Amino acid sequence: MYNLVEKRYWFFGLSLLIIIPGLIAMGISLARFGAPWKLSIDFTGGTLMELRFEQKVSPERIYSIFTGLGYGDTTVQTAADERTVVIKCKPLDEEAKARVKEELTKEFGTFEEIHYEYIGPAVGKEVTRAATLAVIAASFIILSFIVFAFRKVPNALRYGVCAIIAMIHDVLVATGLFSIAGLIIGWEVDALFITALLTVIGFSVQDTIVVFDRIRENTPKRRGEPFEIIVTRSLLETLHRSLVTQLNAIFVLIAILLFGGATIKQFVTVLLVGLMSGTYSSIFNAVPLLVVWENREIQKFMAKVFARSS
Amino acid sequence: MRERNLFILLAIVLLIAFCLWVDLPQTQALNIQLGPIKIYREIKFRLGLDLKGGLQVVLEADLPPGEKITAEDMEAARNIVQNRVDGMGVVEAVVQRQGEKRVLVELPGIVNPDEAIATLKATGRLEFVEAGTTPLPEGLKINTTYEITPTPEVTPTITPTSEITPAVQVYRTIMTGKHLKSAKVGSDEFGRPEIDFELTPEGTEIFAKYTREHVGEFLAIVMDGVVISCPRIREAITEGRGRITSEKGFTLEEARRLAIILRYGALPVPLKVIQTRVIGPTLGQDSIQKSIRAGIIGIIVVLTFMLTYYRLPGFLADLALISYGLINLAIYKFGIPGLFPGVTLSLPGITGFLLSTGMAVDANILIFERMKEELRQGRPLPVAIEAGFSRAWTSIRDSNLSTLLTCVVLYWFGSNFGASMVKGFAITLFIGVCVSMFTAITMTRTFITFVFDLAGRLLEKRRWLLGI
Repeated sequence: MYNLVEKRYWFFGLSLLIIIPGLIAMGISLARFGAPWKLSIDFTGGTLMELRFEQKVSPERIYSIFTGLGYGDTTVQTAADERTVVIKCKPLDEEAKARVKEELTKEFGTFEEIHYEYIGPAVGKEVTRAATLAVIAASFIILSFIVFAFRKVPNALRYGVCAIIAMIHDVLVATGLFSIAGLIIGWEVDALFITALLTVIGFSVQDTIVVFDRIRENTPKRRGEPFEIIVTRSLLETLHRSLVTQLNAIFVLIAILLFGGATIKQFVTVLLVGLMSGTYSSIFNAVPLLVVWENREIQKFMAKVFARSS
Repeated sequence: MRERNLFILLAIVLLIAFCLWVDLPQTQALNIQLGPIKIYREIKFRLGLDLKGGLQVVLEADLPPGEKITAEDMEAARNIVQNRVDGMGVVEAVVQRQGEKRVLVELPGIVNPDEAIATLKATGRLEFVEAGTTPLPEGLKINTTYEITPTPEVTPTITPTSEITPAVQVYRTIMTGKHLKSAKVGSDEFGRPEIDFELTPEGTEIFAKYTREHVGEFLAIVMDGVVISCPRIREAITEGRGRITSEKGFTLEEARRLAIILRYGALPVPLKVIQTRVIGPTLGQDSIQKSIRAGIIGIIVVLTFMLTYYRLPGFLADLALISYGLINLAIYKFGIPGLFPGVTLSLPGITGFLLSTGMAVDANILIFERMKEELRQGRPLPVAIEAGFSRAWTSIRDSNLSTLLTCVVLYWFGSNFGASMVKGFAITLFIGVCVSMFTAITMTRTFITFVFDLAGRLLEKRRWLLGI
């Protein structure tokens, strides 16, 4: 039988190839924005306006209106039609908003308010706190879930640890790519991003658990076979299911991405990337890691290193 | 066994027929009247603000740091906001307490959000107004002489109709809310609810003088320019205490509400806006159309895929998936009696639903893959079917459980502040996973057993039908 886990270090390498740039991007973001990602007004507090004017407008002029009113930290983006603008700035209270609207009308005529969002600074802090708590709670629950699922298996610890490593892998892939997207195309982390992330965390362990379940089932049946072969067999047996399931979810998500509304594109992208990463990590990370553990490869490697250095 | 299966099949068909009826766009309500049994339930899609367009505001009690507000006071503030919202005449408006010191307001289809916000947070203005010899009807908007602050009053005090009449009557204000010390619900000698109030020394003086001169006339209690009650002055009130009774008698509820307005309308908690979301009607419309299109395309792809990949079982799974969709939509419109009234759909909510359709076939896939494996190992078809369902169960349970747990966390996260979007996703995903357990397991199993009973031999010969 073909040994699927033989090339395991290549698989790990591929994962690192995706994760490391993400980590670098997070580092750059941290230096530039003070957080690993560009944060949206959900977390920082602020005002977002999407306005559609009757006539074409100049973003520079809009920007100068805002700076004139004392809102220097403002970004103005125009859509392709040059009539629709997205403006982001510090929290505008009602009076300031009225003034801004007045100036804008004076300059460019009437406009339609397509989307307006105001989030007070205190709310931003609360959202940040709640998001952190939610991520911790979800990780804790999934952790207990893994412990529970493998409570009767010999070597439960290693199954659990490998599943968690795969989960962290998925989180790093999704957040890393988002950080890169933040640097390049200005994507911002919002409450929906946290939602997608938590969903990915929940989904990530599923594939892993299905494969691990099979390994658990096959181990006593195939006594005498090398662990790597048992593992490969289990992987192949569950591969269909993992791929077909993911494929269905991916079909749906791609449909939403291509044909759905613009407001949830980022949300769906994170889900999509997370789900794909989840499938990859359970097959190519979690399971090979079990083999690494079983063969004590790290200990052997360390022993070799120490032997050489002494 | 066979009979039992037929029975389940019949139950499923009935359930689907009911869901189909609920899902039909023209279905408005369930209305059953059979002798003593009377059931009425409204059936409709509830669309969130991101789909319908409108205004969402979170107001917070503006207190000095360290100061706490009692639940009672907050409820009073909510009541006042509710009154103002009612005054705007918005259909399906929501006014909800959130946490300790917040009120969430949702106003669908609002045209001028800025004006609406100003109306909501305007500090209430309570007045005692001279009404003369005829009582003023409750709910009437009137013009009074008194202005508390020089800031422009947002609530229009002149109704459009009265603008046309040349001489607008201006009622004289006798006292304002600042002259009121307390107000509480009491009862008169017959035990009927009334409102007992107490005035400040200054108020006592004004009121004593006025009531002495106007016994038998009417006095209007006016909140934000709207008459809320118009009792008759029965006797001179000199010691700064009085009571308000109604000609037709208050219910306890009315009395309580009025007391709250008197107490806190006079000195309401100042509210500040901490979060605003405005979705223009065009964006909402656009989102609905795009989501429906995306959803239909996604589901068609999944249906086609299942059919080509798993053949006959795939077809049965498709039937289960379509039923899954129908049941879900029916739950959104109809709710679950006794549990919740229905689901408000938002964009993330629709995503959650679509994502759960992917999950719904997952259970089927686990089962079918197991079945195929067993068949390849040479097991007879009935054994393979049985093994497929029973062995796949642990995996199905585990993966659904982890999703459900995630939903719970997400729901908590979404409840934490004004982000009902996150909640919508958690709710639809949760419902979806629960429904999928039923459709993918019970339903598919019934279908497969039924088909096998009918055409078992045919299938043994034509195994390609089973996707092998």
